[in-house]
Amino acid sequence: MPVTLTPNIPDQDGFYDELLRAHEGLSKEQSDAFNARLILVLCNHIGDRDVIRAALAAAK
Amino acid sequence: MVAVRYQTTFKLYPYQQVSAQLQAPVRHPVVIVGGGPIGLALALDLGLKGTPVLVLDDHEGAGLGSKAICFAKRTLDIAHRLGAAQPMVDKGVVWNVGRVFHANSEVFEFNLLPEDGHRHPAFINLQQPYFERYLVEAIERARTNGAPIEIRGANQVTAIDPQDGFTTLEVDTPDGPYKIEADYLIACDGARSPLRDMLGLTFDGRVFEDNFLIADVHMKADFPTERWFWFDPPFEGAGQSALLHKQPDDIWRIDFQLGWDIDRKAELDPDRIRARVDAMLSSQTGTVPEYELEWTSIYTFQCRRMQSFRHGNVIFAGDSAHQVSPFGARGANSGVQDAENLGWKLDLVLKGLADDSLLDSYATEREFGADENILNSTRATDFLTPKTETSRLFRDAVLTLAERHTFARPLVNSGRLSVPCTYDGFPHFGPDELQGPAVTRPGAACVDAPAEDGFLLDHLGGSFTILALGLAPSAPVSAHGIDPVVACIPSPSDELTRRYLGDAKQGVYLIRPDQHVVARWPDFDPDAIARAIGRAIGKDS
Repeated sequence: MPVTLTPNIPDQDGFYDELLRAHEGLSKEQSDAFNARLILVLCNHIGDRDVIRAALAAAK
Repeated sequence: MVAVRYQTTFKLYPYQQVSAQLQAPVRHPVVIVGGGPIGLALALDLGLKGTPVLVLDDHEGAGLGSKAICFAKRTLDIAHRLGAAQPMVDKGVVWNVGRVFHANSEVFEFNLLPEDGHRHPAFINLQQPYFERYLVEAIERARTNGAPIEIRGANQVTAIDPQDGFTTLEVDTPDGPYKIEADYLIACDGARSPLRDMLGLTFDGRVFEDNFLIADVHMKADFPTERWFWFDPPFEGAGQSALLHKQPDDIWRIDFQLGWDIDRKAELDPDRIRARVDAMLSSQTGTVPEYELEWTSIYTFQCRRMQSFRHGNVIFAGDSAHQVSPFGARGANSGVQDAENLGWKLDLVLKGLADDSLLDSYATEREFGADENILNSTRATDFLTPKTETSRLFRDAVLTLAERHTFARPLVNSGRLSVPCTYDGFPHFGPDELQGPAVTRPGAACVDAPAEDGFLLDHLGGSFTILALGLAPSAPVSAHGIDPVVACIPSPSDELTRRYLGDAKQGVYLIRPDQHVVARWPDFDPDAIARAIGRAIGKDS
């Protein structure tokens, strides 16, 4: 299964707002750590190694 | 004397002494203060319904400068109902291609292919003075046909005194002061609303610490009719973002976001502005076309609204009630929606068909609309000017990904174009028994669609309407003194079916005079329609 690279999130602006709000009040270091945890949570949700590998390539 | 605060582009309502200035105070059902887009649209709407209206403006026409330049489809639909849209569309610029840049690279190009089956484009670019002029011309045509609208230029309200059930106004003119009285006083007097200050009302919200330099340039060169937007423009001194946009008369609007800590006077030096404009214009074509600076200005903006748009018999509409950032063109467009929400309600109250409390629904509905606009424009501003290192990191990641992957493009936010809000969950709407498409659910503004030989909105007009699709009503409906117009479309077009029926074969809609859907049903049920009319005008019992 390829990684989805076309728009896939309903209410994009609401999503982006929520993402930034999750970082509110955090220092840069805390934000970086939060991002790392978030990536691990999302990768676990995806599960499929091929998809994760394709996502790694897309983000390069 | 009436102070001149700004120059005018067009003299639209020159001062003339009227006999009322020499008499005891005359009572008017509606006095509108401010002859801008909102005050004029409201005056025209009321006048066309036969309700007498007086507009007072402290100048004699439209102020200098392009100001609002982007008028959205909903605004054009409203202007069409008022008989003013055609010259706007004829004069306005329609553009489809936009380019988004991030520093030196082009992130993506988009083409806003117009959606089929609407009379009007998604929006037009048109300088505000033209918008005001076309409204005044429509008012003059309406007056010829007997519409009771009067505009008094160079009439400045200097004091107001709320009484029990009416308001006394002191008005200054070139011939000295006089007094009038208003049953309802509508403040369309702009972001710095003197009436708001006279009542000692607050205007709270978020000030964005930023300065924007606007330059309107006149340029005849063969330059593409495209919207160009830069995040972190690469040319020197351009600030954090820059925008190039076309208007009629070979005028281009250029915006530079300069940041907070600037020397305003130095930044308005024409040589300094020209240096910036040269760098922008040559960045894509390599050459600087010949141009002249037409109008320049620096502004800061705020996102805020009054806590309540209604204070007794004084009602606020447009910028006097709410202000947003310019991204998304939600200032004038939302103000015109205020005017159309208020017009029919004031008309029914003054004709004795609805209680004064119906006007409270103007305030609650449009406060909700203002909140939605403030939310959208705040999000755009946060994307344009990230406030923290992390938010900048995400913003730049979105721009980088958008070059290669389409999924990131909808996240790029340089302003979401104004669309009308849907009054979900408000008490004057419902029921929804059709289970039809979401786009036309109760509370939504009617979207246009081809109907018969023309367009659906032509069938709706400016009064309560029963829209019967795929069936014919079997009996007339009348409730609470309101006799709705019946628009019957036996064979709906494909677009009309898609937007109003979905999988249903037929449907009946009740539509308010401001063309928002009240309720809808699968069959024609006169009793249900009568009850919905009662609900829409606040007479539920």
